[in-house]
Amino acid sequence: MHHPRQAFRFLRGVAALALPAAAVVGLAAGCGKGAVPPDAGTGPRKIIYWEKWTGFEGEAAEQVVKTFNAQEQQKARTTPAYRPIQVQLVSVAEIEQKLMVAIAGGNPPDVAGIETKMLYPYIDKGALLDLTEMIAGAGISKADYIPVFWNMCEHHGRQWALPTTPSTTALHWNKRLFSEAGLNPDVPPATLEELDAWAEKLTRWEVVGGDGTKEIRTGFCTNIPDADKRLVQVGFLPAEPGWWPFLWCYHFGGRLFDENGNVTAAAPENVQAFEWLASYSKKLGVAHLQRFISGFGNFSSPQNPFLSGKVAMEIQGVWMYNFIDKYAPGLQWGVAPFPYPKSRPELARTTLADVDMVVIPKGARHPQEAFAFMRYLNSQEGMEMLCLGHRKFSPLMKVSSGFVSAHPHPYVALFRDLAFSPTVVAMPKSGTWNEYQREMENAAGGVQDLNVTPAAALAGVQARLSGAVERNRRTSQATPTP
Amino acid sequence: MKRRDLVGLLFCAPWLLGFLVFMLLPMGAALYYSFCDYSIVQAPAFIGLANYRELLADALFWRSLYNTLYFAAGAVLLGLLTSLVLALLLNCRVRGLAFYRTVFFLPSLMPVVAGSILWMWMYAGDGGIINTALKAVGLPGPAWLADPRFAKPALILMSMWGAGHAMVILLAGLQDIPTALYEAAVIDGAGWWQRLRHVTVPLVTPVILFNLVMGLIVSLQVFTQAFIMTGASGAPERATLFYVLRLYQVAFRDLRMGYGCAMAWILFLVILGLTALLIRFSGKWVQYER
Repeated sequence: MHHPRQAFRFLRGVAALALPAAAVVGLAAGCGKGAVPPDAGTGPRKIIYWEKWTGFEGEAAEQVVKTFNAQEQQKARTTPAYRPIQVQLVSVAEIEQKLMVAIAGGNPPDVAGIETKMLYPYIDKGALLDLTEMIAGAGISKADYIPVFWNMCEHHGRQWALPTTPSTTALHWNKRLFSEAGLNPDVPPATLEELDAWAEKLTRWEVVGGDGTKEIRTGFCTNIPDADKRLVQVGFLPAEPGWWPFLWCYHFGGRLFDENGNVTAAAPENVQAFEWLASYSKKLGVAHLQRFISGFGNFSSPQNPFLSGKVAMEIQGVWMYNFIDKYAPGLQWGVAPFPYPKSRPELARTTLADVDMVVIPKGARHPQEAFAFMRYLNSQEGMEMLCLGHRKFSPLMKVSSGFVSAHPHPYVALFRDLAFSPTVVAMPKSGTWNEYQREMENAAGGVQDLNVTPAAALAGVQARLSGAVERNRRTSQATPTP
Repeated sequence: MKRRDLVGLLFCAPWLLGFLVFMLLPMGAALYYSFCDYSIVQAPAFIGLANYRELLADALFWRSLYNTLYFAAGAVLLGLLTSLVLALLLNCRVRGLAFYRTVFFLPSLMPVVAGSILWMWMYAGDGGIINTALKAVGLPGPAWLADPRFAKPALILMSMWGAGHAMVILLAGLQDIPTALYEAAVIDGAGWWQRLRHVTVPLVTPVILFNLVMGLIVSLQVFTQAFIMTGASGAPERATLFYVLRLYQVAFRDLRMGYGCAMAWILFLVILGLTALLIRFSGKWVQYER
């Protein structure tokens, strides 16, 4: 790398960041440094590992890193000429932006822990190292992993990442509220029709009578005037937690792209799903819902609406146990596959699978050493240490009996089983996915406020996203990966 | 060049250098990138005016521009009025003046992030302090931040929280007014309103203009409150999708830096144009003492 090019890269890094709009500055840290001198031939080989996790999740990663470093040092003691690899774990917030800037500045970490939604745009922009050969050379193969998670690391027929901690989603329900509503606390709804019917039994209002006395009424209470009632508990809300409005489409048998990568936002199943979203606003009243939802506490707090008993049933992921354990240890709760439309029993075990992953950014100085660490992270020992620490299941096919018996999550086996479901949903591999999700969120918001019909909202998404996909195709051709 | 000039330049050098490297150069680069398809990692590919053409046809660009102008108009005018009233009150001779001045200035010292979180609680639909107060006087409270009709007004109301800065500057302006003018006005029989209307306000118009310009520049770049309070997506229903928030989405989420740079330059020109207009027409209403 000669000097003018370095200078250009530096300017490019700085210039791209310092947009006149002041609000987006401040991410420049770490960008545009000149090349670090290559390793001298002695001493340990140090690599940098950026990870987004904090708290107990960060501690679990720290533990894996420590074990790996210790094993390397042990190896160096027994093999005289061996230079041990020493991993330095750096906890990085807002990794999505910082990693891209670090790669552009030519000074990325050797290993980075990212989310699925970052992977495909990064690959399309040529920001990651292709790991296919290294993975094959290490004897790691598809058969070692739960298929959905392996597939998520694949794009354009190549492997770009290795999985770390996986997740799936399922119905969580509050057993105490079930008992109070006269429902069997141990039997969750199987179909969406049951979910809707039980949601009514689990919905409660505070009603003010003519003489000013307050009483609690159960049901949707549509016959009571709006001014006289206030929502205090709902059985189910499609908008809580509201993180994946697009997922409802899959629960109704719809999809977001066809096999040619064309947008199918306005598919009839998707419209049906959004009609279902709207049905809750109609039954409960938009103003009541807005007020009720805006009174919810932070997700990560005892005031979380599910933890505090304001919402009786909710779609959540395998991580929810960690929050229950921390903020509502006394909660009596159950987990079951999310209900399916009665007429579509084949959708019975629909779930959203996702996985955190490790990648080697393009321009990383120690790709071989980085991969050696990733390989350890993906060994049964390393992976189980990490996943136990995160209290999730392992994405590997092989599971040790010690992992199962030591695991504190009471329903972890169900979440793992769901990952094998034939209707498992993985995030679409599209460079426009960020935009798609934002559009779906906005559409769902309008539909739930009853300001736009489901068909019109999804037609809007269809139009915008078709344009975006078209643009993405065009620009990928205009600027081929260097 | 004289030795004196050189010394002068030397003393300016740190700023000059900083301005060149961190302002002028990036702005120039951003201008160039605005004509490119550029994702930060790949080399920029020149595409002429395509970004600007696409922007003009992008409904979200117009939506965010509208939201921002709406917010700026509300926040600047309301903020100015609030700070002027506060400054006038704090210019009276009452007991504990220093205490009141401190109290009214304090909120503007609170970091925007902390303030935003605090206001989220205050705006909560059920159990928020604002709706509880409204209920006490028999008014129905909306779900402020969740209702598309109320989200922008809620953020405008909240912006008054930061009126302290303008208040202090206005207060300094008020104290600059010679007492002789008030004495003369009183002798001529001017009442409270006439003194305010014909002495005080005309003499602080330069300060009002300054606050107007600064307020406009800051409000047109509104970002943090919306980013924190309404989930970074411009919810509800894009009522809080402000210009810089949209810019952030395209540049840093969608990795379309060229498109983002084009937006940034348009914003720069909008701010430049509005500021120039304000100053151009200030001669009609701003009065300088000498």
